[in-house]
Amino acid sequence: MKGQTIFFDKPVSVSQVATIAGPKEGEGPLKDYFDYILKDDILKQKSYEHAEIEMQRRVIKQLLNKSCLNDGEIDLVFAGDLLDEIIGCNFALREFDIPFFGLYNACATFGEALILGASMLQNELAERVICSTTSHFATAERQYRFPLELGNQRSPLAQWTVTGAGGCILDKKEERGVKITAGTIGKVVDYGVNDANDMGAVMLPATLETLDAHFRDTGRKPDYYDMIVTGDLGHAGGRLLLSMIKEKGYDLDENYTDCGILVYNREAQGVGQGGSGAGCSSLVFCSYLYKLMQRGLKRKILLIPTGALLSKTSSLQGETIPAIAHAVSLEVL
Amino acid sequence: MKPDKEETKVYLEKVRENMPKTRHISTMIRAFITGGIICCIGQGITDLLKFLLKNADETEIGGLTTIIMIALTGILTGFGIYDRIGNFGGAGSIVPITGFANSVVSPAIEHRREGIVLGLCANMFSIAGPVIVFGISASVIVGVIYLFI
Repeated sequence: MKGQTIFFDKPVSVSQVATIAGPKEGEGPLKDYFDYILKDDILKQKSYEHAEIEMQRRVIKQLLNKSCLNDGEIDLVFAGDLLDEIIGCNFALREFDIPFFGLYNACATFGEALILGASMLQNELAERVICSTTSHFATAERQYRFPLELGNQRSPLAQWTVTGAGGCILDKKEERGVKITAGTIGKVVDYGVNDANDMGAVMLPATLETLDAHFRDTGRKPDYYDMIVTGDLGHAGGRLLLSMIKEKGYDLDENYTDCGILVYNREAQGVGQGGSGAGCSSLVFCSYLYKLMQRGLKRKILLIPTGALLSKTSSLQGETIPAIAHAVSLEVL
Repeated sequence: MKPDKEETKVYLEKVRENMPKTRHISTMIRAFITGGIICCIGQGITDLLKFLLKNADETEIGGLTTIIMIALTGILTGFGIYDRIGNFGGAGSIVPITGFANSVVSPAIEHRREGIVLGLCANMFSIAGPVIVFGISASVIVGVIYLFI
């Protein structure tokens, strides 16, 4: 480990991906890239929480089916979601016979899962692991904001929590394909923003910090990557990132985008500043970005899932909101 | 990692300058229109009741109108229509009695799945509760003052 960055000398392959997208995401610009689009967001379950658990279960099942594996052939699962006590993945994993680590870094959980999974493989502690995250609009609204049917106005800064799940298998034996070559682990950064609607501004300093550390540790320049994709800074946050990172001497104008921007059509879908949620980066990476890399359209992508580490209690008690961002360097070698 | 105060101040200032703000004029116009329409509907129901119930006095008509407006909101909330009105109208749909009804019905629907007593009943006033507390407290204070005047 150099500074904050782990280099994977034997790059770890992302051998299989699976995604389940909610109905709104299924109407968005990435609809052709998803494996499965839900017709409604309750999945015939008795509550939205159960629907989220079911999404997590299905995405892992789908990964196993797509790669013709059974439970015993997976060494570990790293999964997370936004529900209290991460019940989304804790309960979904009841259905499987696989050792499991539950993770929480809010919307940055997918980055955390990828780095941990790749580290396990790199050090030959495991051969094949699953990394997956989910989020659900209805459960997140209820947990962090107001009841769904309450007639209130959304702040112009608000983002739309993605309903969806994305997961991938990291496989030591796989030779070809998309590889994780480095991971920069973020620090918890708090610049004193206390508006829980303004997620872009909350997560931006953490993103800057992680990007700076990544470029410093690796000696790479932003143009090394074909695409630099943040998790869910949204439109306004993304714009501010571009202007602020120039002060640090980096120019991302050419290759920057954001999963929250990619996943929705902002004008037509009324999503505020774009998508957010633990499922946002995993859904976009495991569908669109992965396929871009697989088809050779992009060869080097830096994925930086960003997470705001607040809870409803901390906000009510007047705490400011800390944030974290992990950077994962993905390359087709 | 916590930056020093000066750095934080500079950043927060930058956020304030660059992040989009609420469009006050357009939201106020929408609130005015929505609130106005809700009040017109209320007035329409009052006039209709006056026409239908010739023997009823003002207070009875007023009470009945309120009940009908609350019932209508409950139904619209249940069908998922009132939140769209609220999203458009903002304060225009929150200030009238219908907004209060919506703030009671919506958490009730949301928490129904955790059971009747600890879910629905316990959370029913999670949003409207403060309004009731302040309403009752204010009326007690006013009542005490009134007693001594």
